[in-house]
Amino acid sequence: MIRMSRWFCVLLIWILIAPAVWARGVYQDPEDFISEVFSGKAPPPSLLQISEDEQKQIREILGHKLGAGRVRYWQHEDRTVWILEEIGKERPITVGLVVDKGKLELIKVLIFRESRGSEVRYPFFTDQFKGASLGEDGQLDRNIDGVSGATLSTRALTKLARLALYLHQQREQADVTGQTSPR
Amino acid sequence: MKQKQSKGKTLVKIIGVVGLTLASALPVQAATAPKTMEEMWEIIQTQQRELEQLKAQQKNTEQKVEVTSEAVEQQAAQQAASGPSWADKTRLGGYGELHYNNLDSKNEIDFHRFVLFLGHEFSDRVRFFSELEVEHGGVESDGDPLAGEVELEQAYVEFDIAEQHTARAGLFLVPAGIINETHEPTTFYGVERNPVESNIIPTTWWEAGAGVSGEFAPGWGYSVDLTSGLETPTTGSNAYKIRNGRQKVSLAKANDSALTGRIKWTGLPGVELAATAQYQSDLTQGTGAAGTASSATLFETHAVLSRGPVGLRALYAAWNLDGTGPASGASPGRDEQFGWYIEPSYKLTSKLGLFARYNVWDNNAGSGSTADTENKQVDVGLNYWPHEDVVLKFDVQKQSGAANDDGFNLGVGYQF
Repeated sequence: MIRMSRWFCVLLIWILIAPAVWARGVYQDPEDFISEVFSGKAPPPSLLQISEDEQKQIREILGHKLGAGRVRYWQHEDRTVWILEEIGKERPITVGLVVDKGKLELIKVLIFRESRGSEVRYPFFTDQFKGASLGEDGQLDRNIDGVSGATLSTRALTKLARLALYLHQQREQADVTGQTSPR
Repeated sequence: MKQKQSKGKTLVKIIGVVGLTLASALPVQAATAPKTMEEMWEIIQTQQRELEQLKAQQKNTEQKVEVTSEAVEQQAAQQAASGPSWADKTRLGGYGELHYNNLDSKNEIDFHRFVLFLGHEFSDRVRFFSELEVEHGGVESDGDPLAGEVELEQAYVEFDIAEQHTARAGLFLVPAGIINETHEPTTFYGVERNPVESNIIPTTWWEAGAGVSGEFAPGWGYSVDLTSGLETPTTGSNAYKIRNGRQKVSLAKANDSALTGRIKWTGLPGVELAATAQYQSDLTQGTGAAGTASSATLFETHAVLSRGPVGLRALYAAWNLDGTGPASGASPGRDEQFGWYIEPSYKLTSKLGLFARYNVWDNNAGSGSTADTENKQVDVGLNYWPHEDVVLKFDVQKQSGAANDDGFNLGVGYQF
């Protein structure tokens, strides 16, 4: 037990003196992500109004309603960028998604606040989403293999990929009916 | 005349967006024609002013809507910036499983586990997690004892000490095996947990102490923990049997601690390769006679593979116990205890999966044993997930070797 006590002391000192300067789980600022996607020339954001019918469909995707009645996005021609959040186990994961002509071009974990499962931020996982589109059943057109031990984070990112593709589709329809507005 | 002009203006308002010329022309046609060009010009000027007023009103309305939206978003941002409330920082979860076992040894139904998770986040870098479990329906009912237990399986505080490194202190699950740390019923095949991890590792296994864990490269994880250790009996049929050494951190002897290290690779989707080693200087916590007990070492390694509908789990675990007691005591051969299993699976749909598992384990595999003590078990069955967090299970088990308990099992489980 003497060795255990000594070990506890070392750990305690480490915790106390560990520099508290890093921002845990912040891999890229969302604004920087948007700027990077558009090569430094980000267009002004637009807003997509979410109708009741769309909320029902979003509930099918996420398992719950979307908190906001409208969603901000950035668009240049047929390419849209979305900053979306979903809880894995306990805390929201902030994800940047790029959709081009109805297909996922990029999905990137920007802020990860969960205590487990941050491996989903690595390209070896997120590269699986490249080129994915929505099938008629509202599911992705491909299987996404999860990261072992990060089941809930995998689930959250898969839901956000489906949501971004769905919102991209709704934006195209809203452009016709005038339900989007510049901001 | 005035009444007719008013009607004309109303019409102009309706179709104003079409254009000033058209808008002014139509009401003129609808009303009596103006007598002079001056009157015509005055009408046009009046309608122009009204159109400008309407445009200004519309712009003003849009600005008000935008300002309101901004205010709502700012309020939400301010609330977020001021931090979540106590309730927002406290999380409740749980899982449970009901089993029906129709085996040679028993025919019973049992609410095996009812578990509640409670977690609280003190700050961005300090959090608490706990798991409280009621097994086998409880410990007492109407004054009569029940077969169950109330157990605290996890209660620890976790501190972030660097970007990808965390320290923890308290009571936590030992990082060994596949299901010791992740054992919600929806996450594994088979009604009962596999016999290899139960009898060798021994799952579910928790200790108290402190440790650090984290990532040292993309896909590479580690953990090092210094904790309380096992205390196996030294006499009787369960002498030196690993599973019987769990003290469950209940007034546990702390003469000899255990040091556990694990390394894990999850560098490809659906792949986990891991190895754990543990060393304990005296598995009996000093209760054995001098010279009869000495150090014990666990080595465990496993692979979890999942690609599309195909899954595969494989695990090997072995204990080596020094000293004369484990080798030649009341139940000889306990100086070596090992087991392994392999479990292929296939998902027919996202909701239905089939599996088979071949298990081998032996708690008397050491040098002092002369009898055939190796146990073998084959499991075949299915999982059906009506929801991703709910599972119905069925499996058939057939044992051989030193074990002989055949039959089938049914189960229902959930997590939230």
